[in-house]
Amino acid sequence: MTRIVVDPVTRIEGHLRVEAVVENGVITDAFSSGTMIRGLEKILIGRDPRDAWAITERVCGVCTTVHAMASCRAVEDALGISLPPTAELIRNIMTATQHVQDHVVHFYHLHALDWVDIVNALKADPKKAAEIAQSFSSYDKNTAAHFTDVQNKIKQFAATGLGIFANGYWGHPAYKLPPEVNLIAVAHYLDALEWQKEIVKIHAVFGGKNPHPNYLVGGVPCSIDLDEVAAINTERLNLVGKLISQADEFVNQVYVPDLLAVASFYKDWAKWGGGLKNYLSYGEYPTQGYNKPEAFKYPRGAILNRDLSHVYSVNPRDSQEIKEYIASSWYTYEGGDNVSLHPWEGETEIKYTGPQPPFESLAGYEKYSFLKTPRWKDNPMEVGPLARLLVAYASGNAQVKELVGSTLGKLGVPVDALFSTLGRTAARGLSAALEVQWLKEFYAELMERVKTRETSTFNNEKWDPKTWPKEAEGVGLVEAPRGALAHWIKIKDGKIDNYQLVVPTTWNGSPRDAKKQHSSFEAALIGTPVANLEQPVEIIRTIHSFDPCLACAVHLYDPQGKHLHQISFE
Amino acid sequence: MGQSIWQSMEQKGYSRRQFLQFCTAAAAAAGFAKSGVAQVVSAFEKKEKPAVVWMHFQECTCCSESFIRASHPIVADALLDVLSLNYSETLMAASGFQAEKSLQDTIKNNKGKYIVLVEGAVPTKDGGVYCMIGGKTAQSILQDVSKDAAAIVAWGSCASNGCVQAAKPNPTNATPIHKLVNKPVINVPGCPPIADVMMAIVTHVLVLGQLPALDNLGRPKEFYGRRVHDTCYRRPNYDAGLFVESFDDENARKGYCLYKMGCKGPVTYNACSVVGWNEGTSSPIRTGHPCIGCSEEGFWDNGPIYQHLASFPGFGIESTADTVGTVVAAATLAGVATHAVVTNIRKKAVIAEVHADDQKES
Repeated sequence: MTRIVVDPVTRIEGHLRVEAVVENGVITDAFSSGTMIRGLEKILIGRDPRDAWAITERVCGVCTTVHAMASCRAVEDALGISLPPTAELIRNIMTATQHVQDHVVHFYHLHALDWVDIVNALKADPKKAAEIAQSFSSYDKNTAAHFTDVQNKIKQFAATGLGIFANGYWGHPAYKLPPEVNLIAVAHYLDALEWQKEIVKIHAVFGGKNPHPNYLVGGVPCSIDLDEVAAINTERLNLVGKLISQADEFVNQVYVPDLLAVASFYKDWAKWGGGLKNYLSYGEYPTQGYNKPEAFKYPRGAILNRDLSHVYSVNPRDSQEIKEYIASSWYTYEGGDNVSLHPWEGETEIKYTGPQPPFESLAGYEKYSFLKTPRWKDNPMEVGPLARLLVAYASGNAQVKELVGSTLGKLGVPVDALFSTLGRTAARGLSAALEVQWLKEFYAELMERVKTRETSTFNNEKWDPKTWPKEAEGVGLVEAPRGALAHWIKIKDGKIDNYQLVVPTTWNGSPRDAKKQHSSFEAALIGTPVANLEQPVEIIRTIHSFDPCLACAVHLYDPQGKHLHQISFE
Repeated sequence: MGQSIWQSMEQKGYSRRQFLQFCTAAAAAAGFAKSGVAQVVSAFEKKEKPAVVWMHFQECTCCSESFIRASHPIVADALLDVLSLNYSETLMAASGFQAEKSLQDTIKNNKGKYIVLVEGAVPTKDGGVYCMIGGKTAQSILQDVSKDAAAIVAWGSCASNGCVQAAKPNPTNATPIHKLVNKPVINVPGCPPIADVMMAIVTHVLVLGQLPALDNLGRPKEFYGRRVHDTCYRRPNYDAGLFVESFDDENARKGYCLYKMGCKGPVTYNACSVVGWNEGTSSPIRTGHPCIGCSEEGFWDNGPIYQHLASFPGFGIESTADTVGTVVAAATLAGVATHAVVTNIRKKAVIAEVHADDQKES
């Protein structure tokens, strides 16, 4: 028995640590631990609710915008503020932009190197690589010249040390791509790095900057006026149009084809990493307002036991549905540590009871994380692109059914393949394809509204706190790139009285609940084989498929806590 | 073995002309006059790629995200050409103690020569348990990596002044980097800092091999030397007393001053109005939202975002102050108003003189 430590897995909410027990080459138990806390829920108390979007936006700079959106929706929900349709469209464009950018960056810069051997790409024949790439894509940079250029770049770079690519698992037998496909992926890694900074200019147009564009309770801060130089005018709209066209090309001619090409060499990964059998999606992209989830592009709902014949409705206001446990978390509840609380009644009393640093392992500690453990009707749920697609699929959404069906057909795998590490990674790409399509639709609708001069972007009826009730409570639901995100707010005398966030990584990365049920990360790791304990690429693949965003630092121990020796690969 | 920037660019097929263009842009970014380009060229030709480690503590990764938004012609190549980024939890391929080894090797083999870039604040409460990486506290890791560093750059408001986790009541005692190390620290505040500003500071330190001139808060003067208010394209509206009264009103569409909406531009030192965001695409004020002052120390506690400033240095100059500042005490207001009237009279006189001169010449 060996306990493998993966630490850190950072980004979404700071630092994440995973410990896995391996017996006979297979993971038999896993522990997911959040090891950083900032106490934002405490910091929010007593502040102006209209400021909360800015504070909570700083929860995450990767999926920047989604917390701002959840916060605005929570406050608007509490105070009964309706959004002008144009403001809703602009928010949809902002959110879809975020999703598309985030999915591409995740695939190339955070996940690809788990599947793509950059060193092996040096052996590729650039001409052959161009032929292969041109066979499945019309992207104009798929030329022998471009691939030669990239290969030379990496060769020169490799001669002086590999910088960020140093000491990877290059040469591990789990890497199965031919050199040419590796080279294509490396070239597109660099192309994606160039492109990702372009699409977010849409955020700069409507929100002033990226990361962390500006939002506004009751609308969006920008104004549209075709006759004004300082407003959103035709030049600004044209820029957005151009950026959306570029995104459409990148997703459909680079990202999705690469994803399918890479996936076709890793079909065995349709067997592993499935984990939980329950999926939750809050739904996203309102077309008739936030209070009409039945008209969202992605529907709201839950699936239990992978039964795609039934979608359960989800009510975030029901005190018996979404609740958080702290049985394994470094907190205390007034009512005892085995109860669960609905977020409106949520408490954030931090109490660290873990080992004193520096420590080697969390083994033997009942509480082992700064993440609370959310449950829906006491069920652990997976959230994210896969959950979104499955809920839409099970709800009978024709567009999603067609897309998922044709992709499974292209790969020659059954529908069950979705319930896996491979399925999760593929679902993210399909999400991006849908979202770039909707981005074009939202933009066309925006142009229609501009044409008819219906361009109000802010509802100021309830801007003044004097118009607010003495007490109010609201909930803001958003589908973030990484899944279901919600903020619950209580307002009293014009100030925040309680504020609770339940974020995607809390659903997926949380520790066991009071009933010892695992959350997504832990469940997905159990049963995964690890071929080489020195280089646990399998753990990295499954953890990264959830998009917790980091190349992790892995420490290996034998049961006596002695470091195993490192094997170096030339 | 390190390589000079020029050597590595030459090998990548860049022409000498492209290299000189790169140097010119780098010099411009670093605030050099054209005559200073020669200095940049020689720095690029002689210098080996400096070793850099990028640490993450209490943060949201917006600084890393901003960094990759940099739009310099070959910024995408910065990671391959300009610096040797040997440790970055966000981007590095390695896992496990292969990654740890990269960090330790860099520190050992480049004593006194490597640069530490820090993203995030460090929580010091309760022995530092609120941010741990690999079972060690952020506090102890910071001591370890900064001991033999040549210089430390504190990216963003978290590392420079604590930012959001340090807002009241600061539950974890989040502390900025300069308070924890005995080294020169360049503070690059902002939430996040502007991408091209980050890249320019990298150029200044790693390519020119010198610390930029810093103000008393450790911020590079070239980017933090002027108030947003003083470089704002809406400033004439402020001076003329033309203000947005409500979001998306007629004045908002005309691009009037956002002072009444709570703009913190008058008390914020940053380059947003000059450099702009996302390759100069826009800036918060240009998009109709007041500046929230994200590069200023303690900005989360400087009053609500949408409450306008009562007063600030130079307040009311050139403005019809009687129409602003309901929070300002009556006495102050009277003083400010008098000042403004006097200034406006003087300004009108100057304009009249110019007109008179024009007529004489024609």
